Amino acid sequence: MSAMRNVNWDRRTVLRAAMGMAAAGGLAACGGNTGRSSGSGDSLVQYFHAYGEAGTEQAIKRYAKAYKDANITTQWITGNNFEQKLFAALLTKNAPDVFEFHPQIQLIKSGQVADLTDIIEPVKSDFNQADITSHTVDGKIYGVRMIDDPQFFFYRPSVFEKAKIEVPQTLEELIEAADKLTTSKVKGAFLGNDITTVQNPLIWSAGADTLTADNKPAFNTDAVAEGLTQLRGLFTSGNLLLDSPTDWWDPSAFTQGLTAIQWCGMWAMPAMIEALGDDIGVFPFPKVGSAGKQSVTNGGWSMFVNAKSENLEAAKAYVKWLWIDQKKYQEDWALSYGFHIPPRTSIAQSATKLKTGLPAEGVKLFNEFGHFDNIGWTQAMIAAVNDVMANSVRKNADPKAQLATAEKKVDAELKKLFG
Amino acid sequence: MSTTTTRGVASPAPAKVSKDRPRRGLRASSTFNFWLFTGPFLIGLIVFVFVPIGWSLYLSFFEARFTVTPSEFVGLENYRMILSDTDFRNSLVTFTVFAAFIVPTTWAMSLGLALLVNRLRFMRAFFRSVFFLPTAVSYAAAALIWKMSIFNGVRFGLANTVIGWFGVENIAWLGNPDPPWYWLVIVTVRLWLQSGFYMILFLAALQNIPRELYEAAAIDGAKPGWQTFRYITLPQLRATSTAVILLLLIAAYQAFDEFFILLGKATWGMPPLVELYKMALGENQNYGAGSAGALVLTALICLVTLFQGKIMGFGRGEESQ
Repeated sequence: MSAMRNVNWDRRTVLRAAMGMAAAGGLAACGGNTGRSSGSGDSLVQYFHAYGEAGTEQAIKRYAKAYKDANITTQWITGNNFEQKLFAALLTKNAPDVFEFHPQIQLIKSGQVADLTDIIEPVKSDFNQADITSHTVDGKIYGVRMIDDPQFFFYRPSVFEKAKIEVPQTLEELIEAADKLTTSKVKGAFLGNDITTVQNPLIWSAGADTLTADNKPAFNTDAVAEGLTQLRGLFTSGNLLLDSPTDWWDPSAFTQGLTAIQWCGMWAMPAMIEALGDDIGVFPFPKVGSAGKQSVTNGGWSMFVNAKSENLEAAKAYVKWLWIDQKKYQEDWALSYGFHIPPRTSIAQSATKLKTGLPAEGVKLFNEFGHFDNIGWTQAMIAAVNDVMANSVRKNADPKAQLATAEKKVDAELKKLFG
Repeated sequence: MSTTTTRGVASPAPAKVSKDRPRRGLRASSTFNFWLFTGPFLIGLIVFVFVPIGWSLYLSFFEARFTVTPSEFVGLENYRMILSDTDFRNSLVTFTVFAAFIVPTTWAMSLGLALLVNRLRFMRAFFRSVFFLPTAVSYAAAALIWKMSIFNGVRFGLANTVIGWFGVENIAWLGNPDPPWYWLVIVTVRLWLQSGFYMILFLAALQNIPRELYEAAAIDGAKPGWQTFRYITLPQLRATSTAVILLLLIAAYQAFDEFFILLGKATWGMPPLVELYKMALGENQNYGAGSAGALVLTALICLVTLFQGKIMGFGRGEESQ
């Protein structure tokens, strides 16, 4: 009996002590978890958005592990609001030291990204010059391009042949093709669930641009408004795939036969070829109106260094090591998972996977019709045009009025950035 | 027969071992125990609730773009901006529409479920658990299920399959705002998630209504069913109903997850928190205006709660009913 009592008493003491410790531990954990692991050398945190292709996360972590001079922790950010998570994190003490993003000038004006000219300069001539231009402000280069991602339409030539359709050259022809290709089971075309992914190609194909060379809004034209009206027609026609379980960047809607034509990126080619063999073709966003020219989005991702990082030099050293020096990893990253065009000419030239078949066609469109990032076109401006797409394509608002509203917002942003 | 005695009989006898031992340790240091149990919570409350509220108040008087440690004092400019912002005012309209849908439906649904479960003679615990289970699901997960499998726009989505049986064309529930089917998706997901929880509250209240009232009503000739429900059950549930409606309204004010996930880059159907999120954490990162909006919203919630308390008698106590 007495032994039992002792046990009982002990248990209570132990429990109380444990609770106290748990409480203390819980408090200690507050603010202590920065995602950095302690260890020898500098600790760096890097942010990546979640790539869809299998093996990408492992690859990024493998490269990081191979680096000996610092401990790298990778945050693999899922969800469709990477930019919001990144922007919010950049303001805090837990900000990443190194992160991937697109070149946007507000990051430079607000002093959030570091000047990387010194690490890029020696190999500058080996980069695609358009990628250098899109990362340069006042002669300084702010990011290292990792991959170039052209985006265009995918279709199946056999399906086109059966329906006796030629590859669309104009937006009217695309809408007509979507109509002919729509059956009870397959929709004619898929432009993403919120259509915003084709906002830039629509502007370019209408002969306009996001901004002029001297940073004035250039997208508010009659041809763009006309294109929006045509897209509204397509949206309401019932020939457009809407609310697909997967979005435009994922090839599933196309490979599973939910849509006959899909706007997607070069990265999806391996998955598409695996599913559909060589029965795949690509074409650029068709002409809008008479003055336009077909266009392709040359997107992509670049590495940036947080200018406010406590380990600025270590972060720069890591970016130089991986994205300048380690060509083997750069090649692996661009070609082993999804297909991307390496921005380094020396790697692109030896990329045999991109030399034949569908990938070669993608590269051709990239070179012939591609529009690269414009560093002056920032997230706030992108969001202003997102609203135009939502209001005048998905809702029935007047395109001209919407474009004018967006122009006002973009103007206000430009004033803040350039004075 | 009062419920207390039944409970006393039903509850298991306390363990014999501890019977002869006064629990001295616990009683002697009650102050220590008080702080042990409330301390962590209190510190959490201060660090994660009061400090941020104070900081918001501070930020709301500054021009705070791309920074949370601003230096440019602008007085009430942020408040002027947020109150004249059409998007913010629209978000209050969106909230009102949402609350008008969700509060009555959840109230009715959870009360209905509670009445059904309360009348069960067997498997009551099973159904109680089944209806309560969705409460444990996260809003984000449920919203994704609603978006990707139940209300997706393709022919094999659950909702489209069902309407397909009746020969109705596929509907893009979320993509096409005209007609605004997105409200159906938003309201049903929240209804599913929160009804079970409020059902438990109603169930507890139902079990607290004295049997004698029903007996007396039966003797006075009240018919079982609607008449008894209308004149006995419903008035007896008044306090719980008031609390439930209040909680539902506050929950509706706080709605964020499902709107954010389901509507994505839409310009419609944005409740206040999504609007403030876009303002503070979106492309503009205007923390000053975002904080001002958050405080305006807090003031609104306080006002509505007080007003509702006034008309429905929340917190007035049992005797005043």
